[in-house]
Amino acid sequence: MDSFRDKLIPVTSIVAGMVVLWYVMAVILNAPFQRDLDTRANETPGTVEFIGKTLAQPKPTLPAPHQVAVNFFENTFLRPITSSRSLVYNAWVTLSSTLLGFAFGTALGIIIAVGIVHVATLDRSLMPWIIASQTIPILAVAPMIIVVLAAIGITGLIPKAMISTYLSFFPVTVGMVKGLRSPEIMHLDLMHTYNASPSQTFWKLRVPASVPFLFTSMKVAVAASLVGAIVGELPTGAVAGIGAKLLAGAYYSQSIDIWSALVAGSIVAALLVMVVGIAGRLVDRAMGGRPA
Amino acid sequence: MTGISPAVVAASKLGLTFQTNDGPVQALSNVDLTIGKGEFVSFIGPSGCGKTTLLRVIADLEKPTSGTISVNGMTPEQAREKRAYGYVFQAAALFPWRTIERNVGLPLEIMGLSRAEQAERIKRTLDLVNLSGFEKKYPWQLSGGMQQRASIARALAFDADLLLMDEPFGALDEIVRDHLNEQLLELWGRTNKTICFVTHSIPEAVYLSTRIVVMSPRPGRVSDIIESTLPKERPLDIRETPEFLAIAARVRDGLRAGHSYDD
Repeated sequence: MDSFRDKLIPVTSIVAGMVVLWYVMAVILNAPFQRDLDTRANETPGTVEFIGKTLAQPKPTLPAPHQVAVNFFENTFLRPITSSRSLVYNAWVTLSSTLLGFAFGTALGIIIAVGIVHVATLDRSLMPWIIASQTIPILAVAPMIIVVLAAIGITGLIPKAMISTYLSFFPVTVGMVKGLRSPEIMHLDLMHTYNASPSQTFWKLRVPASVPFLFTSMKVAVAASLVGAIVGELPTGAVAGIGAKLLAGAYYSQSIDIWSALVAGSIVAALLVMVVGIAGRLVDRAMGGRPA
Repeated sequence: MTGISPAVVAASKLGLTFQTNDGPVQALSNVDLTIGKGEFVSFIGPSGCGKTTLLRVIADLEKPTSGTISVNGMTPEQAREKRAYGYVFQAAALFPWRTIERNVGLPLEIMGLSRAEQAERIKRTLDLVNLSGFEKKYPWQLSGGMQQRASIARALAFDADLLLMDEPFGALDEIVRDHLNEQLLELWGRTNKTICFVTHSIPEAVYLSTRIVVMSPRPGRVSDIIESTLPKERPLDIRETPEFLAIAARVRDGLRAGHSYDD
C-alpha cells in the first residue's frame, strides 16, 4: 500500500501536466481552422470565447480531453454492446483475435526456444532469421498475410490472429531461450552428479527456472499481440474492431472517434498486461516465491 | 588394484590441464592418492591448488588429461552412473521453487523411487541433519546453515557410501560452522561413510579428518599427507589440546612449504 501511495503523487502530477499540455496544444492546433470559420462568418469573438470554440469543434485537428472523454463514455456505457458503434463490442472483436494470436505466439515462441536451446544447429541457423523477421515492418507484411490467406479461403479471425502471432512469438522466444539457459552451473552440475537424463534436467530444472522469464516476455508479447490485431484490421477493411474504428474515423475525419478508439485500445492493453502480471505473480507464489 | 578390499578412491599420476585462452593451465599434476572406506579426508590448500578440481574429477564433473583414477573400483563415469557418491557444493544449491522435502527428494525422483520409499528416505535424512519440521518450508525461509544442512540431507538421501563436499561451510559464520562441523562428525560416525572434504580452514581440516591432504598450486599437486592421531570421538574443545595444535602446525608448515608467497 505504501508503494501505491508513493506512486500516486508523481503519477497524478504527470497526468495533470499532460492534460494541461494537451489542452494548450488543442487550442493552438485548432485555432487556425477556427479563425478561418470566424472570418467567413464575420465574427470577432473575444479570447475566452475563441478558446471555448477551439475546444468544441465537431471535427477538431486535436480533440480536447473532455471531448474524447465524453465520446468514450457514450460509446462505452450508453450504447448496447451489440451495436457496431459500441467500443465494448469493437474492443471485444480486437481482443478475441489478440488472445488467439497471443496463445499461438506464446506456444510457437516456447517451441522455438526449446529447439534453440537443445539443438545446436537451430541455435546457429534459426536465431538470425527470427531477428530478421522482426525487422520487417508489420504494416508491409500484414496485407500480404491477409490477401494470401483469403486466397486459400481463410478469412475472419485467423488471419488477424496470425499477425498477432507474428509479433508476439518473438519476445517469448528470446525470453524463453534466456530462461531455459538461466540455471546456474552448480544446479546443472548437481543434475549431472545424479546422472539425470536430458529430459529430467529439462522438466525438473530448466522449465521451472524459466517461468519468471516466460511471464516477463509474455507481458511484452500480449501488448505486441494487441498491436498486431489492430494492424491486422487496417488492410482487411474489417467492419469491426478497434483498428476498424481507427480507419473509419480517419476516412470520415472523425478525429474524436479516433482518439476514443485509441483510449479504448490503451485500456485493453493495460488490462492485458495487468492480467498477465497477476497471473505471473500467482504462479510465482505457487512456486514458493518470496513475497516482495 | 592390489589391495584385498578395493579403495574407494585411487588416483595414480593423475593430471589435468585446462586449455584456456591464455594457454594451458595445469590444474593437477602427478596426484597419487588412495582413500580407504570410512576415511574422512580433507583437502586443504590455497586458491588455485586444484583441491576443488580433484574433487570434481572424482565426481566425473571434470575429465583428467593424464594418469588414472578409480572410484569404487570403477571409472568416475561408471561410478556417477551408479550414483556412487553424493556431492555437496559450496552453496546449498537448493532449487528455490521446491520445498525442503522436495529438494531432498530430487535425487530420489530422478532415480525413480516409489513415493512411499521417497517419503521414508526424506524423513530419515531430514532427521539425520536435524531439519525435521521444516519439510514444507521453501529454501529462502531457512538460514544459510539450515540450507546447507538441507543440501547435505539431499546428498545423503540416496545412501551413497561416498560423500564429496566442496567447502560446504565456507560461506557460513564461525559459530554456525563449528556447530555444523560437530554435526558432520557425528553423522560420519553414525553412517560410516567415506567423506572427501575440501576446505580453506586449517582448524576445520584438523578437527574433522582422519587424513589431511595438503595441496599447493601452480601446478596443483599434493605436497603432504598428514595422518591424524586424534581419537574418533572429538568434542569441540579438542581444538585446544597440544595434539591438535601439533597437527595444525604440521598442516601450516606443509602449506607454507608448498606455496611461495612472493608472487
